[in-house]
Amino acid sequence: MPCDLSSVQLRAYLDDELDAVGAATFESHLKSCQECAAVLASEKALRQTLASSELYERAPDRLRQNVLSGLPAPVAKSQSWRWVALAAALLLAVLLGRELLTVLRGQSDVTMLASAAVDAHLRSLQPGHLTDVESTDQHTVKPWFDGKVAFAPSVRDFSSDGFPLRGGRLDILAGRTAAALVYGRRKHIINVFVLESQPPIAVSNSGDRHGYRWLSWQKDGFTYVAVSDAAPDDLQRLRELFLKE
Amino acid sequence: MPHLDAAFNLARWLLRDKSNAEDATQEAILRAYRFFPGFRAGDTRAWLLQIVRNSCYTWLEKNRPQEDITEMDEDSMPSDAPSPEAMAIASHDRERVARALEALPVHFREILVLRELEGCSYKEIAAITSHPMGTVMSALARARKQLKDALAEPQHRTKEVRRAV
Repeated sequence: MPCDLSSVQLRAYLDDELDAVGAATFESHLKSCQECAAVLASEKALRQTLASSELYERAPDRLRQNVLSGLPAPVAKSQSWRWVALAAALLLAVLLGRELLTVLRGQSDVTMLASAAVDAHLRSLQPGHLTDVESTDQHTVKPWFDGKVAFAPSVRDFSSDGFPLRGGRLDILAGRTAAALVYGRRKHIINVFVLESQPPIAVSNSGDRHGYRWLSWQKDGFTYVAVSDAAPDDLQRLRELFLKE
Repeated sequence: MPHLDAAFNLARWLLRDKSNAEDATQEAILRAYRFFPGFRAGDTRAWLLQIVRNSCYTWLEKNRPQEDITEMDEDSMPSDAPSPEAMAIASHDRERVARALEALPVHFREILVLRELEGCSYKEIAAITSHPMGTVMSALARARKQLKDALAEPQHRTKEVRRAV
């Protein structure tokens, strides 16, 4: 490569592997270096070709069935453990007194909402359950929630950032009404649940359940819980988009 | 069942055949859960893809001795790339792109599928393929170069044939 900057930097930039400072440095270099600009354009063209060719092949339903029927039932097992653990915790709490009980209750609330969100995400992946209103238009999805939830969630399409809006849905999480916003990320589905933060709601920031990851944040009196099997970085990026808006 | 699509997609492009990919995916997932029945936390995707990849390589070794699965070497970085114009002309025809991708050596297919279709980071690809990050970067660069060259090849052959008929 005749240019002083190594091609390693260019490729790391292309693949989103540079930190903010590195990316800014490279971008300013890009303005004055035609060679790098040309190579980058060519790499982006290839990426565009791959993306627009729809090469991703999803697992056929038959395979899904075969895999599920071949697996032991780990969910039920972990569920029963959960109950045993909960029972033990409650017993201990009763024995140790009221104050400890309050503490433990608070903690189980923290994971309860997130668990409910993951369960709702799983349910939404069943055929026909994903969206109540199917639209990529934020101006269609937002008014759909009028009268269905007692608050106005902010609905934004992030297509240009790689998170196209696919629609919305009404959901109940741990007994509370939630507006579910459905986003696509490559071939993955991301559910973003929006709940009013009042009365106060406790939810842990992030975690895993059944191989799905959740990420939670607060903004303007709303609690957001995003759930998906997309890469953890993708959830972080979506969270930043919501917070930036 | 999380990451089933990711597992199948990787197997499909590594084996270049859907029904073999179904078998390999199913076998890999069942094996994964048999050996690590309690496994749930952490980066499940990378872990599962690693197992799927190994199953596919075993399958390739057994069934296709002509497939070149020798480990990649470190030299020969890509030099000149075709212009964006040439790339644009090279058509967005799915069949053509798919064939070009399938014609690449298995290490190149795998790295392009993980990066471009699955959106894996260098770190994840390094974990899945058990290669160092530097190797991932250089292999990715060479894979892109080869694919670009293949796509930039003019499609005059078909036209000539048509004219001759």
